[in-house]
Amino acid sequence: MGAVLTAGDLRKGTKLEIDGEPYLITDFEFSKPGKGQALYRCRLRNMITGIQFDRTYRSGDKFNSADLEEQGMQYLYNDGSVYHLMNTSSYEQIEMPADQVGDASNFLIENLNVSVLLFQGRPIGLTLPNFVELRITKSDPGIKGDTASGSTKPATLETGYVIQVPLFVEEGEVVRIDTRTGQYVERVKS
Amino acid sequence: MNGREREILAGKKRFLELRARALGLIRIFFDREGFLEIQTPALTTAPAPEPHIKAIAAGGGRFLSTSPELYMKRLLAAGFDKIYQICPAFRSGERGRLHHPEFTILEWYRLGADYKTLQDDCLKLVRSVCESAGPGILQRRGDRVLDPFGDWGRITVRDAFERFAGWVPEANPDQDRFDTDLVEKIEPNLGFPTPCILEDYPAGQAALARLKPGDQETAERFELYWAGIELANGFSELTEPSEQRARFETAIKQMQAEGTRPNMPEAFLESLEYLAPCAGIAFGVDRFVMLLAGADDIDSVVAFPPEIA
Repeated sequence: MGAVLTAGDLRKGTKLEIDGEPYLITDFEFSKPGKGQALYRCRLRNMITGIQFDRTYRSGDKFNSADLEEQGMQYLYNDGSVYHLMNTSSYEQIEMPADQVGDASNFLIENLNVSVLLFQGRPIGLTLPNFVELRITKSDPGIKGDTASGSTKPATLETGYVIQVPLFVEEGEVVRIDTRTGQYVERVKS
Repeated sequence: MNGREREILAGKKRFLELRARALGLIRIFFDREGFLEIQTPALTTAPAPEPHIKAIAAGGGRFLSTSPELYMKRLLAAGFDKIYQICPAFRSGERGRLHHPEFTILEWYRLGADYKTLQDDCLKLVRSVCESAGPGILQRRGDRVLDPFGDWGRITVRDAFERFAGWVPEANPDQDRFDTDLVEKIEPNLGFPTPCILEDYPAGQAALARLKPGDQETAERFELYWAGIELANGFSELTEPSEQRARFETAIKQMQAEGTRPNMPEAFLESLEYLAPCAGIAFGVDRFVMLLAGADDIDSVVAFPPEIA
């Protein structure tokens, strides 16, 4: 159980537990009509399903903050539908279904250190480091002479995901990628 | 002082200049109307007990003033007939786009007048400030233009609920339903493009207002809205001491159930014995300047919002 909160503690960004699930307040407005009572109007997003809804709370309302923690984990392998990771401090292994890993799988390679968000000890989300380095397994050579700046070509990463890279990048090279934008940053000398 | 703060404060200069101009024009207006400017204590032993207004304890058995209302009425009871005040007011736990726990309140009171006279005052005051506050005020709010000079809107609480919320509040409506629908369904419709007066509250929402002579289910109370924002709350004052004491007792009971121990404002109740019919109003200066400035929150027109105060 998380700490007990009152309506007065609610803010944009507060994480609550409602009906056993974690919610994030994505929008918040304090209202108080004339001589009336304070109203705390919230837009809530379910941190597991992503479903959003609006709800208005009053002064007497009490809440449990969502029992959330981030843990450093190392990605081990996946067997298609389930991803296996190891807690880097306790060495305990956990499993995450592919849908919770989501788009992070595009840049996830074995032994990568990631951060896993746990709700009541159960994994609900995975955050990659801001930058990862991945090898290009397939990319056709750039057309000779085409050096116009901004020209790019598709390149397949060792994860199977395809990104756009500059023409000079060759198959077999390692590139740095910003996982927040999913874009190529630079070539890494190996 | 870091660079970021210097930048924010410098960015507010235009709004703070407008604020100063508005305060000056408000004073000029009341001086011209023959009102006396008054100062009353910010530290008080007994703020008016009202269930949804939480006073901040200041130590030594005193509280920071939630409103100068009770002192102003004690002056009326002594025969001061037209008085006004501009001062800070303090209310615990209020923080939002339109709320600071410390805000600037303008109150004015008239002996021998009722809430209708105050409505006329509002119209004259707002127009007078807008006429002289200079170019560049009242910029568009989204796609809506604000206009203080056209005919003002007027609707009773009963009609507003019927029209916008689909139900009619009786004398003692369910407080939760009343407050929620007021905020979510009614306020967003009031005061476009000219200000709007929402008047005649159910008796259960009277606060310190008297009930309408001949209609004990309705209080002579109104609120001024502009651009969906509550700007002022005024009423014909309740001057009957036993009725006022009974309302305070009900409020104190409710507040005690919620864990606070408000004092009964005895000196104020005593003064009511001498108080002739009168009317008074509280007007939010920060919100008014915010609307003049075309800003989206009162933080923009206050030099130091609570988080950096």
